[in-house]
Amino acid sequence: MWDLISSSVYAGILISVSIAIIGSLIVINKAASITGSIAHGSFGGVGIGIYLGANILLSTSVFTVLLALLLSFITLKFKHRQDSLIGVIWALGMSIGIIFISLSPGYHSDLMSYLFGNILLVENQDLYMMGAVDILLFLSIVFLYNRFLAMSYDRDFLFLRGINSNLLYTYFLILTALTIVMSVRAIGIILILALFTIPPIIAEKFTKKFYNMMILSGILAVFFIISGILISANYDISPTPVIVIIASIALFLSMLKK
Amino acid sequence: MKALEVKNVYFKYENEWVLEDISFSLNDKEFMAIIGPNGGGKTTLLKIILGFLKPSRGEVLIYGEPPTKNRTLIGYVPQYTTFSLDVPITVFDIVLQGRLKRGKFFYTKEDKKKVSEILERLNLTDFQNRKIKDLSGGQRQKVLIARALAVEPKILIMDEPTSAIDIKGQKEILDLIETLEVTRVVVSHDIKILLRDVDKIAYIHKKAVIHEGPKLNIPKDSHFCEVELINFLKDEECGI
Repeated sequence: MWDLISSSVYAGILISVSIAIIGSLIVINKAASITGSIAHGSFGGVGIGIYLGANILLSTSVFTVLLALLLSFITLKFKHRQDSLIGVIWALGMSIGIIFISLSPGYHSDLMSYLFGNILLVENQDLYMMGAVDILLFLSIVFLYNRFLAMSYDRDFLFLRGINSNLLYTYFLILTALTIVMSVRAIGIILILALFTIPPIIAEKFTKKFYNMMILSGILAVFFIISGILISANYDISPTPVIVIIASIALFLSMLKK
Repeated sequence: MKALEVKNVYFKYENEWVLEDISFSLNDKEFMAIIGPNGGGKTTLLKIILGFLKPSRGEVLIYGEPPTKNRTLIGYVPQYTTFSLDVPITVFDIVLQGRLKRGKFFYTKEDKKKVSEILERLNLTDFQNRKIKDLSGGQRQKVLIARALAVEPKILIMDEPTSAIDIKGQKEILDLIETLEVTRVVVSHDIKILLRDVDKIAYIHKKAVIHEGPKLNIPKDSHFCEVELINFLKDEECGI
């Protein structure tokens, strides 16, 4: 049993670290729709990678970071229309992916794993990427904690303190993009948003300080992912939906707390 | 050197002039009220002073330099109603944000000591470990004033500091603002601000009418103070 699930447990722990940091920032910055747009848009990178026969992790990373830069520009320059434009980027990335996959010869059996993910199938390459992104996230939060918190609460005030709040926001979106890329094969493009937002939303209710929110988010994420892996391995069902259902039940229970 | 100079400022939005030829200046430690009707351009002027918007014509100088260069001298107090109450952050940590600056990534012991002093001065010490959503409107506004004071600003700019606050809270906030020994600019649609010890008044309704001392000698306990204020503004041809 352990041999079967060991890689997925490691992946679950590494993903939980990113949920703790980037998921918490997504929630307090109210950036769920932007994250959804980056996640779904990343399918364009998958399609391009398949078409070119390139390393999909690399093609998705490059494409998704470019999407994050585009979204940063749109949300900062066209605030009054950002909601609609985020939706456009969401569909644009997926459309690019579908077109390139259509143009690629042969049948691509692993496409479903990008859309819905399968944490039981993660490879060493994925674990290395997760580890590298986690290190970057950890260093970023250590050095930029105070700035990120101020940005989340009042971006104008940060600007008045002489700090480039737009650059910081763009960096946050790039970190979000890299986190999505590292998690896509394990969690899946369609379900990634739920898993990155549910633990922080629950944690927010029970904490007064942002670092406590991150720690609790990480603990909850580990619990949801590991229990999802165990259930799915026992009953031979896809793990990500099980993880999302467990997390959603916990979310609804937490909403009973005023 | 003037603390604040607004020189012939014009601002155009979608082919319509929102502000036309606004000029005034403020000396060190003076207290100015910017009043006027909603939609009259007060908020636009505020954004130009803070450096969030560039004027179509004219210039703003903060201690002789444009706001983009000298913006760190400003302590800005926005309306508390514009913030999310759910962010997990305590009152102490919000005020501590006033100590942030370029090139500084971590707070020092001196920063925390300074914040403690400000919280004590504003009678907020008992609330320092609470989330801001657990406070009343007046207390929330005081927290934002405390954050602006933590900057140790040379000029304090406040946007509608008494809006959405009960009468008792309004008085407390205005009493506090009156005692602060920095240059102060209060933007308000509530003309009761004129009952306070203001040195200058700018009435903004696309154009500006500036009143500079002598102080308005309207008795604060007058039942008809608002009527008297309106009469005063009429005399100044403000168009009310």
